[in-house]
Amino acid sequence: MPTIHYTDDTGTTVDVTAKPGDSVMETAVRNGVTGIVAECGGSLSCATCHVFIQEDQVEDLPPMSEMEDEMLYGTAVDREDCSRLSCQIKVTEDMDLHVTTPETQV
Amino acid sequence: MSTPSTAIRPETGLLIIGASQAGVQLAISLRGTGFDEHITLLGEEDHRPYQRPALSKEFLQDTVGKENLIFRSQEYWDEHDIELVKGARIERVEKRPDGSGVAHAADGTEYAFRRLALAVGARARRLELPGADLEGVVYLRSADDALDLKSRLGDVQDVVVVGGGFIGLEAACSLHGMGKATTVLEYGPRLVGRAVGEDTSAYFLQSHRSRGLDIQLDARLARFLDDGEGRVTGVELEDGTVITAQLVLIGVGVIPNTELAEQMGLAVDNGIVVDRHALASDGTTVAVGDVANMPNPLPGAPEGERLRLESVNNAIEHAKIAAYSLTGRREEYAGIPWFWSNQADLKLQIAGLTLGYDSTVVRRDEAKGKFTVLYYRQGQIIAADCINAPLDFMAVRTALGKGQNIPAEAAVDASVQLKSITAERTVDRKVPA
Ligand SMILES: Cc1cc2nc3c(=O)[nH]c(=O)nc-3n(C[C@H](O)[C@H](O)[C@H](O)COP(=O)(O)OP(=O)(O)OC[C@H]3O[C@@H](n4cnc5c(N)ncnc54)[C@H](O)[C@@H]3O)c2cc1C
Ligand code: FES
Repeated sequence: MPTIHYTDDTGTTVDVTAKPGDSVMETAVRNGVTGIVAECGGSLSCATCHVFIQEDQVEDLPPMSEMEDEMLYGTAVDREDCSRLSCQIKVTEDMDLHVTTPETQV
Repeated sequence: MSTPSTAIRPETGLLIIGASQAGVQLAISLRGTGFDEHITLLGEEDHRPYQRPALSKEFLQDTVGKENLIFRSQEYWDEHDIELVKGARIERVEKRPDGSGVAHAADGTEYAFRRLALAVGARARRLELPGADLEGVVYLRSADDALDLKSRLGDVQDVVVVGGGFIGLEAACSLHGMGKATTVLEYGPRLVGRAVGEDTSAYFLQSHRSRGLDIQLDARLARFLDDGEGRVTGVELEDGTVITAQLVLIGVGVIPNTELAEQMGLAVDNGIVVDRHALASDGTTVAVGDVANMPNPLPGAPEGERLRLESVNNAIEHAKIAAYSLTGRREEYAGIPWFWSNQADLKLQIAGLTLGYDSTVVRRDEAKGKFTVLYYRQGQIIAADCINAPLDFMAVRTALGKGQNIPAEAAVDASVQLKSITAERTVDRKVPA
């Protein structure tokens, strides 16, 4: 089963078993992982699902769209090279992804 | 007639009536603020609480399923001591001055509470015209409406959408994208007249027409036509024009569900009247989301200005205010209101409130299909409509949130990034008392 490891800004990690096809955002929200707000429910409109991908895993993910790239310029905590919007990342079969959530999303 | 059961539930710390965006958020935020009493989240729908926005977009187009719309897993509710009751419609509430009372459900069950929250939202406004109850004349507010609409689409070739607001246009784009010949009838002189300025309306009109949507403005509907067996076959306008349709979707706004509040004797005026702390006129009941009529939350807003906002963002922010209010932390609505609407390949994002502006700046990038309108009041930016322009949206939302300005003179040049010209406000940021 795919697993997503969510670490918050204080360093606490929650591991959540995910369903392939769901997004990394949906997996978090449904399980009440704090640190991801996701106001728009994944329609790439709010940028409140910002996460930092563990550096050595950035390359494993499909590249982002121009829209996601632009939205990342308005996140509450400034973007970094490993920033993604978690609603745009689909969970795959053997995913074992480590993400860190920013201090705030709004 | 069966005799109603007289089940009496043990008293709950907070009874939230309405288990949708605002009610769900209130429960979640209360746990976040340390409220430790038992919470009962009760709604009349038979679905687990779900998000509405996709109903006219991704869900209608079958790109997301029902499961993806569910807010939280059952484990979450269990772990947080939030009891979820589905399929329960509250018909009457008896309330005592200290805030406690009993809510009576249609099935006879009584829910005793120490505090009450009304998150009962709004319902689709009905069109009272001849033929309005024909088979095939439908509305879109709930998951059941959307499931019903989807189940009807099979044999449908022509659709009429009555109403050129957000819901009407989103649904029209979805249906058009699914191959249905779609006509939008708008009563007013322009699209989305209630929520965006004229330039944005014009942009929508031109884009939607160019993709093949038939849009008729100033269209006066006279009646729905039928096949003699109770099924709709089209509509007739006041000027006699007949438009064929096997399905007519009506999206002409919503009416706040204020009946319970009225029965309880709370002040009601286009929604339940609440103060800055989301408290209704009895001083103890909180009312949140689409159903609440609240003071304009924006800093510097004219004194006494009130509004009822119909958006996810408002439901969330307003629920947070109510959570603070219920836990004795009287913080005020702080977030900047924002909204989105996806219509075919147009992504609209609105930051701020387009109220009382005195000038605008239009930024257009034809090549990239970007279109932004900035709204100003006395030289200070107060809102923006951004179409396919997330950079502009993000810059404005951030500036508004920080109480900054984006000077109009510099913003006129569409090649300039708004972020780079954001400046301190020239007008004082007046924080409401
Ligand atoms: C098709 C559609 C698309 C939308 N798209 C967007 C969008 O893109 N962006 C955006 O920001 N907003 C959008 N919205 C608006 C957004 O969904 C609403 O603003 C939001 O749902 C309001 O939440 P609420 O909880 O206040 O009210 P509601 O969602 O209306 O929920 C109220 C709930 O209370 C229940 N209820 C009412 N009376 C009783 C009673 N007596 N007893 C028990 N239960 C009761 C109702 O059944 C309902 O479930 C859309 C809405 C629709 C319908
Ligand atoms: S959930 Fe809104 S952008 Fe990801």
